[in-house]
Amino acid sequence: MSKSREITVTVNGAAHTASVEPRLLLADFLRQTLGLTGTHVGCEHGVCGACTILIDGDSARACLMLAVQADGRTIETVESLGRISQMNALQEAFHEHHALQCGFCTAGMLMTATDLLRKYPLLSDDDIRQGLSGNLCRCTGYEHIVKAIRAVLVKNVLDKRAVG
Amino acid sequence: MKPPIFDYVAATSIDMATAAMAAAGGDAKILAGGQSLMPMLNFRLLRPSILVDINRIAGLSYIEADERSLRIGALTRHYQLETSPLIAKAFPVVACAMTHVAHLAIRNRGTIGGSLSHADPAAELPMLAILLDAELDIASANGSRTIPAREFFLDALTVDLDGTEVLTEITLPKLPEATGWGFQEVARRHGDFALAAVGVLLTASGGAIKKARIALTGVGPTPQRAAAAEALLTGHAPEPDLVGRVIEAVRAAIAPETDLHASADYRRHLAGVLTGRAIAQAWRRAHETVL
Repeated sequence: MSKSREITVTVNGAAHTASVEPRLLLADFLRQTLGLTGTHVGCEHGVCGACTILIDGDSARACLMLAVQADGRTIETVESLGRISQMNALQEAFHEHHALQCGFCTAGMLMTATDLLRKYPLLSDDDIRQGLSGNLCRCTGYEHIVKAIRAVLVKNVLDKRAVG
Repeated sequence: MKPPIFDYVAATSIDMATAAMAAAGGDAKILAGGQSLMPMLNFRLLRPSILVDINRIAGLSYIEADERSLRIGALTRHYQLETSPLIAKAFPVVACAMTHVAHLAIRNRGTIGGSLSHADPAAELPMLAILLDAELDIASANGSRTIPAREFFLDALTVDLDGTEVLTEITLPKLPEATGWGFQEVARRHGDFALAAVGVLLTASGGAIKKARIALTGVGPTPQRAAAAEALLTGHAPEPDLVGRVIEAVRAAIAPETDLHASADYRRHLAGVLTGRAIAQAWRRAHETVL
């Protein structure tokens, strides 16, 4: 066994201090140490996108990072987006457009879409599909996921007009 | 699918990283973005005794321009290359190619130094490095050295780093005026590794090509320049007959392999088609762009 390290990580606004082995994956730290099971673990080699989280605001695969690397960083998981009684606009759109069936990929889709919506104009549905190309869904055929993200983009434009 | 046991050090300087590498005697791995290393650890294809994490080294992530070149810190993330105004201005071919590199979550973490050191045979950055005649600064506990990118890639996943060395900086010499670029890639799914990809730079003088550069990836163990094809173009305008011969020269120069994703014949076919398209792009841009 390799020597454990103490890390302090801010997850969804709360600081957590824990002792971790260097080889502990960030995804397992979130799920098993902190009990935040919203982050799903699919392929464990960076292909399926189910474990996507935000670290210091940027999306990343939690299966391709070590928990020790998160020391001093700020992490947001799907639990940060909203609650069942109060979903955020993206979650509402997924609900409205039936953008999930079994739900396994959904946490990764939501966190990926959150970063995509911040960084890219996503002018066409092709842009959205390209942006989602690192997240696998075996239920929906992606069609409704693209629609949900398009709906958020449209809503953002309408909201801006209403304010302006 | 969990990594094997290893020790871990978070280096805070290049000296600290190279000292840790030297102490491990070649049994250490550098952890940069981790987007290729971590899957290999999870699959237990690698069992290093220690990971030397360079993510906390301040000042290893930068893109800086001087009069003759652009210098890029090894820890610069793909997303920074994709969105840097300096890159967009001086090397738009890089900005374009970066949109083909994996997915946003990967580009947020993956680094240029990591991609070059990993040297996947179908990756874009190693090909861009040889297309752009990059120079690579390499540090170790015994000192530092600089080598041209064309001498760096030795075989699939094999580069000229001795196991105690770390790539620290990539220098891209600025392109001559009236240089146009082309980039073409085919992958099974957007963001996947290329089945074949081609980068072309053409410097125009009058109605002819003064200098041609053609680089390919995905069609052999390492990225490669197509020297014979480049020579055919030099001094001429890219008329259809000539481009046809250039395409044949490219196909003759490569030795792609058949794998799960594509046959060798298909890759060779693609390399030619994409070369033709990239030449057309580059020639058009050589006349409309003053870099």
